[in-house]
Amino acid sequence: MAGPRPDERPQPTARRNAEGIRVDPDAEAARPRRTAVISALVEHEPGVLSRVSGLFSRRQFNIESLTVGPTTVEGHARITLVVEETDPGIDQAKKQLMKLTPVIAVGELGSDAVRAELVLLKVRGSEPDKVHAITEMYEGRTLDAGPRTITVQITGDERKIDDAVDAFRQFGIIEIARTGQTALERGDSPTTPGEEPGHSAATDDAAADGTSADGDATDQTTPNYDD
Amino acid sequence: MSESANPTADPADPDEADEADAADGAEPADGARTPDGAVAAAATPENGAAAVVAALESADVQTAFGVQGGAIMPVYDALYGSSIDHVTMAHEQGAAHAADAYGVVAGTPGVCLATSGPGATNLVTGIADASMDSDAMLALTGQVPSHMVGSDAFQETDTTGVTAPITKHNYFASDSTTVGDVVGEAFALAGTGRPGPTLVDLPKDVSFGETDRAPAAPTPPERSVPDPEADAESVEAAARAIERAEKPLCLFGGGVIKGNATAEARAFAREHEVPVVTTMPGIGSFPEDDELCLSWAGMHGTGYANMAISHTDCLIAVGTRFDDRLTGGVETFAPGAEVVHVDIDPAEISKNIEADYPVVGDAGTVLGQIDAAMERSPAAREWCEQCADWREEYPMDYAVDPDEPVKPQFVVEAYDAATGDDAIVTTGVGQHQMWAAQYWTYTEPRTFVSSHGLGTMGYGLPGAIGARLAAEDDREVICFDGDGSFLMTIQELSVAVRENLDITVVVLNNEYIGMVRQWQDAFFEGRHMASEYDWMPEFDKLAEAFGARGFRVDEYDEVAGVVRESLAYDGPSVVDVHVDPREDVYPMVASGGANGEFALTGDQL
Ligand SMILES: Cc1ncc(C[n+]2csc(CCOP(=O)(O)OP(=O)(O)O)c2C)c(N)n1
Repeated sequence: MAGPRPDERPQPTARRNAEGIRVDPDAEAARPRRTAVISALVEHEPGVLSRVSGLFSRRQFNIESLTVGPTTVEGHARITLVVEETDPGIDQAKKQLMKLTPVIAVGELGSDAVRAELVLLKVRGSEPDKVHAITEMYEGRTLDAGPRTITVQITGDERKIDDAVDAFRQFGIIEIARTGQTALERGDSPTTPGEEPGHSAATDDAAADGTSADGDATDQTTPNYDD
Repeated sequence: MSESANPTADPADPDEADEADAADGAEPADGARTPDGAVAAAATPENGAAAVVAALESADVQTAFGVQGGAIMPVYDALYGSSIDHVTMAHEQGAAHAADAYGVVAGTPGVCLATSGPGATNLVTGIADASMDSDAMLALTGQVPSHMVGSDAFQETDTTGVTAPITKHNYFASDSTTVGDVVGEAFALAGTGRPGPTLVDLPKDVSFGETDRAPAAPTPPERSVPDPEADAESVEAAARAIERAEKPLCLFGGGVIKGNATAEARAFAREHEVPVVTTMPGIGSFPEDDELCLSWAGMHGTGYANMAISHTDCLIAVGTRFDDRLTGGVETFAPGAEVVHVDIDPAEISKNIEADYPVVGDAGTVLGQIDAAMERSPAAREWCEQCADWREEYPMDYAVDPDEPVKPQFVVEAYDAATGDDAIVTTGVGQHQMWAAQYWTYTEPRTFVSSHGLGTMGYGLPGAIGARLAAEDDREVICFDGDGSFLMTIQELSVAVRENLDITVVVLNNEYIGMVRQWQDAFFEGRHMASEYDWMPEFDKLAEAFGARGFRVDEYDEVAGVVRESLAYDGPSVVDVHVDPREDVYPMVASGGANGEFALTGDQL
C-alpha cells in the first residue's frame, strides 16, 4: 500500500481530554467530583431496585447511598441516590436511570433541598448520663438502655450525623447502622420533574399542621393510601 | 400410550420422563387441567400460552426461532397450528443470532424462544449481542412454575436477573390474563425508539393458566416512545455550525439504518456536498461507490476515512455511540471538530465524545429539520479535494501472486462481483469479518449483518439463516466465516439443510484463529499460544455429511468456477477456501491509538 507513513502524515495538534471534551486551556484541568442527590420516581414493582443498583454498578458510577420507599401514589416508589461523580458522570447517571423502563421521572435535588438520614448507634453503657447528654445535644432518642449498652437514634442531615457519630466515639461505638440520605425538594417545587403527588384532603391537613416536627425521617416516607 | 411409571415425575416434562408422550394425556404436575379434566392443548387455546402466541400473531410475527424444552412446552404447544413459522435451531445461541439477523434484515423485531435454565442461558450471548448492536429482538423463555421459583428447581435460572443488564427491559410474567399484553408490550418496546432486545420469562403455570382474554394490541409503554422531532433551538444551532464549517464530515452510524433514515441521510450529504464516513454498523447507510463516500472509519477502517475523521472541523454524527473501535483514543478522536450529535437516545449524547451540538430525535426527522434550517451549504470544495487525495494516497489493495495461496480479499471481491447490490453478507468475527467489510462494496442498508459491539464468533451462520428467512427469495445470502467462528455454531448447518435455505457459507480458512494470530505477531512477539487451528476438519466434507453442498478452493484459478457453482446451487453450500494463513488485516489503528496514525503494515504499529 502506498501513502506516507504515520509519522510523515499531517496530524492534528488539537486534543480532547479523557472525557471526550475538546481541550481548551480552562477545561484541561481534571474535572472535580461533586456529590449529587438524585431522586428517581419509579414503578413500585419487583426487581426495580436491583435494576437501579445493577445499572449503577455495571456503569461504574460511584454510589454513596441509596434509599427507597413508597410515595403517596399507590404503585410508585421513590429512590434517593447519592452519587459522587464529575458533572458529565452525574449527567450520564441521570440519563441512564431515565432509560430504565420502570423509571417514571428523575430529578437532581438542589443544594437547598430537605435532606435527612437516620443512624442507630450502640455504645457502651458505662457512662449513661454522658451518653444521654450527647443524645440530647443532637436531638436524638434513646431506644434501648441496659447496663452494658445504650442504643440511640439520631436523625438529621449528613453533617449532623457525621458530627454525632464523632461525638459518640468517646464511649466506644459497638455497632452502627445508617440509612443513607433521603431527600425532598423544598416548598412547591416537585422533587422529580412533572411529579404529581397523589394526596387527599387528609394528607393536606396533615401537611398543613406540620407533622414530623420531631424530624423523624421515617415519617416523611410513610405512605398514605387513604384516598 | 403408556402412563408414566413414576407418579412423582412430571410427564409433561420430557427432561424428567422422556418416555411419556407429552402430547397425549400428559398430566402437567403444575395443574393445567381444564375444568372437565382434559389437559390444556392447542384445541383449547384459552390459556396463557395461547395468549402469548396470539400476541405474537397480532404483532404480525411470521417467523420465530427456538428450541423446545419442558418449561416452554406450553408455548410451543400453542404454536401448533399457528400461522407463525417456527424454525427449530440446533442451539439456542443460534436461535438468538438468527432472530437478531432476521430483525436487522426485516426491520421488525426478530423472535426467539428457549426453555428455562440452560435454554435461557444459551440465549444470553445472542441477547447480549443484540443489545450491543441495538437490534430489536424479543426473547421468550420458559420458567419453572411460579411456586418453585427461588427453590433452585430443576432447570431453574434467574433469567430476568441474568439478562437485566443485556436487555432493554425484561419481564417476569406473573398472570395468565395479562401475559399476552406483556408479550405484546415487550415486542413493541423492542422496536421503539432506540431498538434493543427485550425478554419475557414465562413460568409454566402462567402459560398453562386459563384465560379467555385476547391480548391487547402490541403497544410500547408510553414513556418509552420518544419524540421524533428535535427542539428547534438545538436544530438551529447545529445548522449554523454546519454552515460555517470548512471541513465538514458526516459520520453515519447504525442508527441511520435502524432508524430507516438512509434516504434522508443520503439526501443531506449530497445536497450539501459533505463527504461521508460510516461506522461499521453504519455500513450500507451510504453507497460506498458514491464519490462522497470514504467508507468506514475505525480500527480497520480505510485510511482515508480515518484521515478525514482526524482533520474535520465539523463532525455531523448521526446514530452512533462513538464506540472505542471507532474512536481509538478519545483524546485524538476528531480533535479539531465541533461535534453535532444526532441521536434518539439522549444518554448517548456526550457519553464518550462531548457533543457541542446535541440534537435529540429520530435520525431522518432531525436531518430533515437541520436541512430545512440551513440557509446555505458549507464551503468545502477544498476539503472535498483533500478527501479525494487521501483516497488516492491510501487505496485499499493487496498483492495477488498466482503461485501463492489465495488472498482472502480476492475471494470477497469475487463474490461481490458475482452478486447484485441487494445481496446480504453475514459474518463471524475475526479477520474474515474485516475483509468482508473492507472489500465488499455495500450500497444498500441492511445488507451487512454482523456482530459489531459484542464481536461474537459464531454469529455468521445462524445470522445467515435469520437473514435468509427475512429476505425475499431472489436475494443472495452469503456468510463469510472464519474457520474458528464457523466451528462455534456449525451445528446450525443442520437447520439450513432441513429448511433447504439457499445460503452460501464461504469459510476463509487460514487454520488459525487469525485475528488472534495477527495480534500475537504484532504484540506478543509471534508466540502463537492457542491460535493455531491446524486440526481443522475438511469443511467441504463436513458440509456433505450435514447434507449441504461442499466446495473446496486451494488455487486462484478455482475461484471463479466455485463462486459461480456455489451461488447457483439452490440450497446451503459451504465453500472451504484455503487462504493465505499469513495474511493480515490492514489498515489498523492500534487500540486506543489516534485514527490518523493507522498502520499500513506491521512495522508501522
Ligand atoms: C465467542 C468468542 N470467543 C473469542 C473471541 C476472541 N476472538 C476474536 S477474533 C478471534 C479469531 C477468530 O478466528 P476465525 O473465526 O478463524 O477468523 P479469522 O480471524 O481467522 O478470519 C477470536 C478468538 C471472540 N471474538 N468471540
